[in-house]
Amino acid sequence: MISNSLVYLIALPLAGAAILLLAGRRSDKWGHLLATALSASSFFVGLYQLSLMLGRSNEQRPISQKLFEWISVGSFKIDAGLMLDQLSICFVLLITGVGTLIHVYSISYMSHDPDRRRFFAFLNLFIAAMLLLVLGDSYLNLYVGWEGVGLASYLLIGFWNQKPAYATASKKAFVMNRVGDMGLSFAIMIAFATMGTVSFTGVKAAVEHTSTAALTGIGIMLLVAATGKSAQFPLQAWLGDAMAGPTPVSALIHAATMVTAGVYLITRSNFIFDAAPTAQLLVVIVGAVTLMFGALIGTAKDDIKKALAASTMSQIGYMILGAGLGPVGYAFAIMHLLTHGFFKAGMFLGAGSVMHGMNDEVNMRKYGALRKFMPITFATFGLGYLAILGVPPFAGFYSKDMIIETAFNSGGIKGIILGSVTLLGASITAFYMTRVMILTFTGKSRWDDQAHPHESPWLMWLPMAILAIGSVTSGYLLSHGNALVNWLSPLFENHGEHEELLSPIVVSGLALTMVAIGVAIAFLKYSRNQVSDVAPENVSIFTRIARQDLLQDRFNESVFMRPGQVLTKILVRTDDSVIDGAVRTVGRAAMGSGASLRGVQSGFVRSYAALILVGAVALIAAIWVVTQ
Amino acid sequence: MVFTAPVLNYTLLSPILILLGGALIGVLVEAFVSKGLRAITQLSVTLGTLILSLVQVWKIRNEQSLTAAAGSVVIDGPAVLLQASILIIAIISVFVIADTDHFTALAASLPGSDEERHAVQSGNQVTEVYPLTLFAISGMMLFPISSDLITLFVALEMLSLPLYLMAGLSRRRRLASQEAALKYFLLGAFSSAFFLFGMAYLYGYSASVTFAGIRESVVGGSGNDVLLLIGMAFVSIGLLFKVGAVPFHAWSPDVYQGAPTPITGFMAAATKVAAFGAMLRIYYTVFANAQWSWTPLLSAIAIITMLFGSLVAIAQRDVKRMLAYSSIAHAGFLLAGVIALNKAGLDASIFYLFAYGVATVGAFAIVTLVRDAGGEVTDLNRWKGLGKRSPWIATTFAGFLLAFAGIPLTSGFIGKFSIFSAAYESGAKSVVIAGVLSSAIAAFFYIRVIVLMFFTDSVQDGTSVEIPSALTRITIIFSTVVTFALGIYPAPLLSFITNLATFIR
Repeated sequence: MISNSLVYLIALPLAGAAILLLAGRRSDKWGHLLATALSASSFFVGLYQLSLMLGRSNEQRPISQKLFEWISVGSFKIDAGLMLDQLSICFVLLITGVGTLIHVYSISYMSHDPDRRRFFAFLNLFIAAMLLLVLGDSYLNLYVGWEGVGLASYLLIGFWNQKPAYATASKKAFVMNRVGDMGLSFAIMIAFATMGTVSFTGVKAAVEHTSTAALTGIGIMLLVAATGKSAQFPLQAWLGDAMAGPTPVSALIHAATMVTAGVYLITRSNFIFDAAPTAQLLVVIVGAVTLMFGALIGTAKDDIKKALAASTMSQIGYMILGAGLGPVGYAFAIMHLLTHGFFKAGMFLGAGSVMHGMNDEVNMRKYGALRKFMPITFATFGLGYLAILGVPPFAGFYSKDMIIETAFNSGGIKGIILGSVTLLGASITAFYMTRVMILTFTGKSRWDDQAHPHESPWLMWLPMAILAIGSVTSGYLLSHGNALVNWLSPLFENHGEHEELLSPIVVSGLALTMVAIGVAIAFLKYSRNQVSDVAPENVSIFTRIARQDLLQDRFNESVFMRPGQVLTKILVRTDDSVIDGAVRTVGRAAMGSGASLRGVQSGFVRSYAALILVGAVALIAAIWVVTQ
Repeated sequence: MVFTAPVLNYTLLSPILILLGGALIGVLVEAFVSKGLRAITQLSVTLGTLILSLVQVWKIRNEQSLTAAAGSVVIDGPAVLLQASILIIAIISVFVIADTDHFTALAASLPGSDEERHAVQSGNQVTEVYPLTLFAISGMMLFPISSDLITLFVALEMLSLPLYLMAGLSRRRRLASQEAALKYFLLGAFSSAFFLFGMAYLYGYSASVTFAGIRESVVGGSGNDVLLLIGMAFVSIGLLFKVGAVPFHAWSPDVYQGAPTPITGFMAAATKVAAFGAMLRIYYTVFANAQWSWTPLLSAIAIITMLFGSLVAIAQRDVKRMLAYSSIAHAGFLLAGVIALNKAGLDASIFYLFAYGVATVGAFAIVTLVRDAGGEVTDLNRWKGLGKRSPWIATTFAGFLLAFAGIPLTSGFIGKFSIFSAAYESGAKSVVIAGVLSSAIAAFFYIRVIVLMFFTDSVQDGTSVEIPSALTRITIIFSTVVTFALGIYPAPLLSFITNLATFIR
């Protein structure tokens, strides 16, 4: 079906960004309100589209809009178009819904910042770019949004770029994302070279005529792209540093939406991965490795935001793993993505609220006993905590258990390994999240002298409360009667029933047991003993490694950065002597010949006429030569 | 002897007839309207005429006719597109020409004479530039639609004679301006002689002066090939002179520099459209079947022109001369579109002509703004640091330079890309290679100017940027918007051109 109103979804927040940036300081007074209103209107357009979509039959649900023919020279054609189907509407509502809540939260959170207007402009820019990412009807249009969110993320991580460390963090995120982006552009190039099209429908139709080698290549390159954007192994290192950005940014971009773009990309490309088993296997491996990796880092972090970031990385690992399990897994990956959007955004906002009350302190060892002073924050954070643990009936219980169950049932030894990894991950998650809860909200206070903890204003706790409601109910709502699975099923090829290794009840039982073990260890370790307000030094080698993010930075430095620097030095020298040398020589030669040719321009009309005559004679002579 | 009155289709001819009428009114205005009202009356008449003519062109855009004027002119898609381009370029040029500060108060007076001083002091500014412009434009409009050699020659003289005069109208450095005008006239006459000589040969070859008649002979292949080839060569010399292709380019740097800058911009942009329009028609329809004989020669000229223009531009120290050599290089790029001899080449050439013309008028409009007490400052060394003093003007100028260099997201990139890909498709690989190479060389001097403006410290020497008048501002904004709009979203214009541009025979 054709529609002509999809563009408003993107145009509204984009207009907000443009107005706020172009109007400059003049819009300081009302800029944040306009940005919030535009984000909210985009959400309502999304709701309206959903209501229309619900009124149509399954086949009629996807709608598209051709925006314009961007360029058309000979056989080289690029169209810009949007597409809204059952998958993208989920993202549209998540992005604009959570996005609007975070806009509201930021009005208060950023109220003392002199650059609040710029912050809102970037937030709107992000919303627009992210919507373009999920609404684009081809890989190329997706790519534009993909780069757009990268830019917005860069600008927002480095929002307080007066601090050099923050500026470096944004650069790190940007550079690591570029590596992933290269993957996406390679995938597009391979697709264009082998299939001659880059639109989703075109590629889907061309899959059956394309060699498995090409499909595997495209799949692997798409996976590289996904690892960059979604902070998956081996391109995960930037996410922890990205916490330098203001906390609402961490909640929106680095927890709920942008970092899930990789999951979207893989789910959207299901037709490629279904036809390229090797690439699909790699997806699963990346997901499994990352979910353990993130969980382990999470156990050793004292910075509340970095602990949550590690947890994000780990949870996205679950989603990637789910998406790698093929047709049965896509819907569960998306479900976990949606529930995670609620509870993780809620917890990040809670962390922001704690920081707000604690003088921007992020070290959990300086918290403690905040339950009494911030009851609302404690309650909302606590609900998110129960959700991420997967305690029934909270949201995570439905979505995470589905992934664990699917992993176990994926068949053979692979199923057992994956199932065990996801179970173990759930246990570790329970451990470090309990640790965060205990260190922050219970026990004795370990505050600095200047700290005067207080509850946040209503503009901040209201979004937290709404997200908390989502963390409680969304899992049930999405899985009730297989709602989401049925909703999405027209998009994915169904390969019949899968064999059942473990029944859902057994899986839930196992998962809850593992979670209980994790919680218990955390209680024994942190609740019974007095927690020191400085990190203990005499710890095991494993803790030390985990504190250093499993040596990811050292790995990057020794494997990529140092050789890269050496290579750059060599290249610079080569560039200077060989390439620039050649250019300089050409430049000199050109200037020299230019200067000598200039001599012809004597200013005498007689010599000009003579030149014309010479030209004419030369032409005639040439004709004579040609005809002979 | 019975005289049969020729049948004229006035609707199809109306764009040119309106212009001629407007020009005649302009002459009357010059004679009878009082000096206080003269300038504004002339401007209104000229703009009104041009807009009316453009409306008329739009109305006939889907017409096709070989018999609009007893077989002397042809109206078809390319004709309409070229005429519209000429008119749009003319309108934005007239906005710049309207700044009378560039023109001598009394062109007939001797430079430095009492008469001149009197004219300046009394404020008795003559405005003959407006009717001259209209006459020149009507010649330009006729040039690409002529379908016999006589009409073609008449059109050539019609557009050239007013331009010779206009080149000599500068208010400052009048001697240089008059020298430029005389040079242009002498060399123009010389090249016209070649053109006429070539016509005679072609008549000798085919016993016809109409395009249709000559084509018949070329297709039939019955005539004496030597006559055809010499005729073709000499007619081409006349056309190549007008577009400024090497080695028939020598007039252009001197004339560009000497002429009043608004006229230079107009001349550079509009004359190119007209001359290339005529050239495309002749090569695509009349000589198409003799392709084997002229393609190698024209390719050689194109290659030499691109390389020469780009190389010599590097050595220039004067912004107007630099733009003159840049225009020579662009003539070479446009020749690639003629050589392509396919539909894509025709479409690309028309797009290129329009995009280049608009950017050129804009660039010269900016040159008129950089002045000191003695008038315009064209010495590039004194443009240093312009970006700090007048960031908007410098940025806009940089935009035009990037378009000339063919950097993506400007119209220049789309133009170059489409024209080179058309030439490549037709097998003219050497031309494309030379084109890309000289584009790279050309980028060097365009970017050098940008570096000069933005990254070099300025010298305090009284160079200032005039605040543009409202009309000049319109021109600059329009050119900028078109240049970038066509770079970012060229599809509508490209498909409009593709749908219309087919020569009828």
